[in-house]
Amino acid sequence: MARRISFLLNGEVQELEIEDHWTLLYLLREELGLTGTKEGCGSGECGACTVLVDNKAVNSCLYLAAEADGKEVLTIEGLASPDGTLHPLQRAFVENGAIQCGFCTPGMILSAKALLDENPSPTEEEIRHALAGNLCRCTGYLQIFRAVKAASGQFEKRSAEVISRSAE
Amino acid sequence: MKEFTAVGKPIPKLDAVDKATGRAMYIQDLKVPGMLYGKILYSKYPHARIVHMDTSKAKKLPGVRVVLTGDDIPPLKFGFYKDNTPLKRGKVRSYRDEVAAVAAVDPDVAQEALELIEVHYEPLPAVFDPEEALGEGAPLVHEEHRSNLLKLPWKMHLGDVEEARKQARYTVEDRFRVTWVTHCCMAPSGCIAMFDSSMNLTMYSNTQIPSLAQKDYLEALEGMGLKGRRVRVIKACIGGAFGSKLDTYAYEYIAILLAQATRKPVCILFDRKEEFVATSGRQPALIKIAQGCDGEGRLLFRDVSMILDNGAYTSWGATTPSVMMMPISSLYRVPNVRYEARCVYTNNTYSQAMRGYGNPQATFAIESSMDRLAEEAGIDRVDFRLRNANEPGDVTPQEFKITTCGLKDCIEEVRKRLGWGEPKQKDEGIGMACLIHVGGGARVYKSDGCGTIIKLDDYGKVDVFTGATDMGQGADTVIAQVVAEELGVEVEDVRVMHTDTDVCPWDVGAHASRTTFVACNSALGAARNIKERILEIASRQMGELPENLDIRNREVFSTREPEKRLELGKLLRKAHFSPSGQMLMAEYFYDPANENLDKTFRGNLSMTYTFGAHGVRVKVDRETGKVKVLKYVAAHDVGKAINPMLLEGQVYGGALMGIGYALTEQLLLDKGQVMNPNFRDYKILTAKDAVDVETCIVETLDKDGPFGAKGIGEPGCVPTAPAIANAIYDAVGVRMRELPMTPERVLAAILEQEKGG
Repeated sequence: MARRISFLLNGEVQELEIEDHWTLLYLLREELGLTGTKEGCGSGECGACTVLVDNKAVNSCLYLAAEADGKEVLTIEGLASPDGTLHPLQRAFVENGAIQCGFCTPGMILSAKALLDENPSPTEEEIRHALAGNLCRCTGYLQIFRAVKAASGQFEKRSAEVISRSAE
Repeated sequence: MKEFTAVGKPIPKLDAVDKATGRAMYIQDLKVPGMLYGKILYSKYPHARIVHMDTSKAKKLPGVRVVLTGDDIPPLKFGFYKDNTPLKRGKVRSYRDEVAAVAAVDPDVAQEALELIEVHYEPLPAVFDPEEALGEGAPLVHEEHRSNLLKLPWKMHLGDVEEARKQARYTVEDRFRVTWVTHCCMAPSGCIAMFDSSMNLTMYSNTQIPSLAQKDYLEALEGMGLKGRRVRVIKACIGGAFGSKLDTYAYEYIAILLAQATRKPVCILFDRKEEFVATSGRQPALIKIAQGCDGEGRLLFRDVSMILDNGAYTSWGATTPSVMMMPISSLYRVPNVRYEARCVYTNNTYSQAMRGYGNPQATFAIESSMDRLAEEAGIDRVDFRLRNANEPGDVTPQEFKITTCGLKDCIEEVRKRLGWGEPKQKDEGIGMACLIHVGGGARVYKSDGCGTIIKLDDYGKVDVFTGATDMGQGADTVIAQVVAEELGVEVEDVRVMHTDTDVCPWDVGAHASRTTFVACNSALGAARNIKERILEIASRQMGELPENLDIRNREVFSTREPEKRLELGKLLRKAHFSPSGQMLMAEYFYDPANENLDKTFRGNLSMTYTFGAHGVRVKVDRETGKVKVLKYVAAHDVGKAINPMLLEGQVYGGALMGIGYALTEQLLLDKGQVMNPNFRDYKILTAKDAVDVETCIVETLDKDGPFGAKGIGEPGCVPTAPAIANAIYDAVGVRMRELPMTPERVLAAILEQEKGG
């Protein structure tokens, strides 16, 4: 069954015909060509497909496109300013080494955004809790935590201690 | 000492902005006009004869373009042992065996077609335990091989272990067991195979071995009657690899066969379940180890034997013993060593390389045994390690020439930072484990080389074409840093192309933690060549001898009269737009002077070796068996940190993967079937479990490394499991001999101990 929906996608009105069984992830990636949202598992376990619907982080692989009707959807493509200026979270992820293979990054950044929108100065415990549904295999998460703290303005850049034995 | 401008700086990864904005294109994001979607039908049995197949219904489904079975394709063989075929004919040997494949106009149609394929199997007795597989009368996985034991040369004896055993004052003997684990790359596997009108193949892939994959595909084309054609491998952005993409797999050949049959591009993308079931992880091993030392605590011998579950087919997993030999012979000074490994066919999934290439498994046994021996000899565990630690200038029994070696510094740093010897709370314990790994390439193939081409444009911008592969670890960035440093330009002026075999030179692959060492040395060689030419041109333009010129801040300047300088872009334009103009390009192929191991497994495998020590403080809950990591220190001798921020990321990521290996991860196989092919049941660690690893980077400035650097991709995950096992023993007195050390197992060990008195 097809139906018409209308929703705000990255600040612009979208009106289109969708099939009832489409997930939001399918609509974004396959119909609208927004491939920044990733599919890591298709069953809501890895968080790579996280987008914001009315400022709440959702797994778009489990979220029916029909449910987006009348709502506001933000994907990674809509996070930076129209002039290309990165969102503070994007900049912080880049500058803190929070990105390796990058497949989890869009979802991770959007989950972090949902957190900071609600809680501008989260503790590390709160950050860990907010990101618990976003798996990352590369980074060990620590630089991601630092990035979220940096974006919330509560952090000094830290890097590993280097001991130069040859200088001794 | 010269102040660096790019090297040693925490430069963000070159593609980080693309990845943070959703622009980076992974294999899942690519579409080629006219592309079909391929799907694979897997076996329903772990071991069975294929009696009959009927694909007629599937072929009639609208939208299906082709259905292939083993009977429809030429007899292609692939894999390290050439014992695998893209689509199986006659019999299946594991649940992941590919029996048919479909190409259709969309993935749903392809999936529906799979369900219409009828396969009649005659189940055969199967074998899942490698020890049983070695027994008399065990079912043969490959009948033509006549035995389930692979014919591989893994037998090393250096010195005289029997004699040393007689001399030893203290000896310990143990058995350890490790299990199947898998890479869990966040992006599932995939490829697009596409032929042009002359049947040259373009393969969009996420391989970490573009040049060797190209060779594999060329061989396949030859077998398909397409000899002499060209293969171009284009890498999409790689969503994690960790060794999983070091080989070519059936799905890739199937995509090629489907593309040949349909004359259309064919895309195959794995879903998460396939990623768990049909990719190849780290293999289980049963490890026996004995070690002995003299009265002063000096190691006299190490004697190790292993049985490895190879699974149903052979990939690089069967060659991990060649790397296990390295810690066995060369972690600490141990004069007499013996090692034997038997790789055994079973009807399980099959094994591959995974971060560390055998080293984590071997080091788990060695470092657990080291603690046992220290206790036996009554020596503090740290002192025992220091007493036996490698030193610069050592030549190990395998004739590895240790150049730089920061092992003792790493041990001391961990001891200090962990508060070794300080009072502990009840049920708390501390543990340490060390590592050796190749840090200057590893000559496991005929060449350990990497090529680089550099060109400069009219504006002083630099394009670097490297054979190296970036898969998130930061190869692109460190290469840009060393080139920027050498050419006196900014990192942002350097673009690194590493994605296309038509334009990038050869490289053996992203393995053995070799890319920083080998690819940066190669890039440095090319940069030096082009710099020499820049300075020659500058010499003519500026009237100064080349030896008195250098480049800095995008300007060539005279070292005698620093005010005499010329902007690089201006110099290049003048050189280009003059009569008999020239543009600057340079190439370099770097192949380290390391050695293949000889028949006795002697030879200097790597130009340099990397060392490290991890220490951990844990608390064990006696009621539940749960192990909580309270503090974790990772000290690594890296030669030189070209990019401390990215380096730290390698250590964090490696350590957490290692902690998962130690405590939570296992691919559960029940009679060959994966029981937990999802992230709910296969437990990689989450943000909530992340351990606050304290990193300590020890710089030893290796003379052969680019700016002194050695590799760091794998070491972070090598010593984690034994460090934790040693801490658990220290906390509650139980010796964990099997991975993962789940709460159930720890609790069982505690209860056993209490029962035993």
